[in-house]
Amino acid sequence: MFSLSYFLQQSMNGIILGCIYALLALGMTVVYGILRLINFAHGALITLGAFFMYFVFFRLGLPFVAALFLVLGFGGVMGLVLDLVAYRKLRGGPEVALLITSLGFYTFIENFTKLIVSPQPYAFKTPEFLATLYRTPYLTFRTVDVFIILSSLLIMLAFHFFVKRTKLGIAMRATAENLEVANLMGIEVNRVISVAFVLGSAIAAFTGFLWGAKYGQISYDMGFLTGVKAFVAVVVGGVGSIPGAMLGGFVLGLAEILSIAFLPTRFAEYRDGIVFAILVLVLLIRPSGIMGIREEVRV
Amino acid sequence: MKRRIPQELWFVIGGLVLFGALFVAEKTLNRYLLHILILMGIYSIATVSLNLTNGYTGLFSLGHAAFMAIGAYTSTLLTFPVPLREAYDLPRLPWFLGGPDAAWSFFPALLAGGVLASCAALLIGAPVLRLRGHYLSVASLGFMVIVVTFAKTLKGITRGPMGISAIPLYTNVYWTFLWLFITMYVVWRIVNSRFGRALMALREDETAAQVLGIYPMKYKLFAFVVGAFFAGVAGGLYAHLTKAIRPFEFSFTLTFQIVVMLIVGCMGTMSGPVVGAVLLLALRYALKPLEEHLKLYGLIELIYALLLIVVMLWKPEGLVGRKRVSVRGHQERKEEGEWARFSTPR
Repeated sequence: MFSLSYFLQQSMNGIILGCIYALLALGMTVVYGILRLINFAHGALITLGAFFMYFVFFRLGLPFVAALFLVLGFGGVMGLVLDLVAYRKLRGGPEVALLITSLGFYTFIENFTKLIVSPQPYAFKTPEFLATLYRTPYLTFRTVDVFIILSSLLIMLAFHFFVKRTKLGIAMRATAENLEVANLMGIEVNRVISVAFVLGSAIAAFTGFLWGAKYGQISYDMGFLTGVKAFVAVVVGGVGSIPGAMLGGFVLGLAEILSIAFLPTRFAEYRDGIVFAILVLVLLIRPSGIMGIREEVRV
Repeated sequence: MKRRIPQELWFVIGGLVLFGALFVAEKTLNRYLLHILILMGIYSIATVSLNLTNGYTGLFSLGHAAFMAIGAYTSTLLTFPVPLREAYDLPRLPWFLGGPDAAWSFFPALLAGGVLASCAALLIGAPVLRLRGHYLSVASLGFMVIVVTFAKTLKGITRGPMGISAIPLYTNVYWTFLWLFITMYVVWRIVNSRFGRALMALREDETAAQVLGIYPMKYKLFAFVVGAFFAGVAGGLYAHLTKAIRPFEFSFTLTFQIVVMLIVGCMGTMSGPVVGAVLLLALRYALKPLEEHLKLYGLIELIYALLLIVVMLWKPEGLVGRKRVSVRGHQERKEEGEWARFSTPR
């Protein structure tokens, strides 16, 4: 039963889920690194992105590439709006205020989607040119799988390059390192934070499309657990480390898929439980995550 | 000593007035309104107990629904009538809980539910509370997902996703408000003791508190465990009021409601959580006809979320709270103007 092809097939599924987690973890780790905010609203952007893609691409029939860029733009605008409307006002206050507000935004967006779209899940057809099926002796896959892996790698590389090489990216790392000092060095901290929200949210909205294209179904509450799991990926990989967040995403995706693939079928229902058990284990054994640096507390 | 006696007396007077009012309410209100009143009491217990961790200790837990679920399932399994157990696929009690022909009475069953919830809090709190930051929020959320998963999958005990029905109706106004009274008294005693001041010191500045000789783990765990106990009791009361429980009831939506009640009322005060719980439940039942008439399911949650955001942005101290002048508080931010916007505390 557990043949090589079964293993490869499941590994591929794990890697694809890992790509999705990794993309989301990118946005979350940058925001957490600067503001110490677990941005629950990040999950809502997955839902919004998926539904936006559904309406723009399937209902309005825009060309695929145009729709993709619209989704990216839409996500970015939403991120900017959240930052300007709420998060900016709360900076400097108690940290927990940010967390509570993001929780409020998540629930607001979720129920807004439920009200105006539908409480029922929508079927999300894979665009036709992504639906071609390939069979090889070891693997069966669709174009969409390749698309997800390639586009994720592309985004991750671009993000890595952005953070390491561009001026804005360096400013972002400096802000995460020490906000006050960065501000004294003449970095416009508020602008940097806005850029972090915009980029993260645009990627999250795009991930919503990937989710729909891969799993064929979108619903108003799809973003919640996905978003929280993405934060688990951040913790597993190491808080504050961007390569760590990507690695954490892949580790989590693979662990989730392979554990249900190789445990007896009755354990399939424990899928979400397994993810959080991993979180507790990581917190117990290595709280700083795989690639994280131990946070030192200085008085 | 001299100063404490009058305050204790207030509790006695308040309790007597409360139970007098309850007696009148029970005789005059119809069943629907009485049901809402009891729910207000149960949600108040949950909110007051959440206040101990989230308000006084500054740990932001999001797993309260999980403790309520543990309390609800435990007490239900203990009190479920013996003749019906066969028909409902529920196991009989093992010998150490009274043997196959036993069913517990209400009060000890509630206690057992609370104790089991506390044990779960001890188990999850020990690894997670050692960490700084808001890991607890995510880990407690994860804990909630795990508890709901178990409630869904342990079909031999919980009957899985279809839940348990035909639970005996034991909860009434008196039980509920007796427990609310106990909860408030215990929280009040904790807050006004050396222990409570240690909790608040941890909330304000953990490092400074440690320097003063407060070992954070012990106090945090204590607050978490006590909060979980009363959440478990609230869950038990809830189960014996609605007479049916299903796993999905104890998920994020429930936690979110309690959190909103706490924040809209006021974190870290005695009256805030009760005010929040009563007001928001009143709002819910006032809006319910509208929601059902317009078929806008989700409207109430939407309004709850909006309220939460509005309160956080414009009145973060909640409805009953006064502006707190603290080192990192909003007062100071305004005084310092532009600059302070950038000082993110670590």
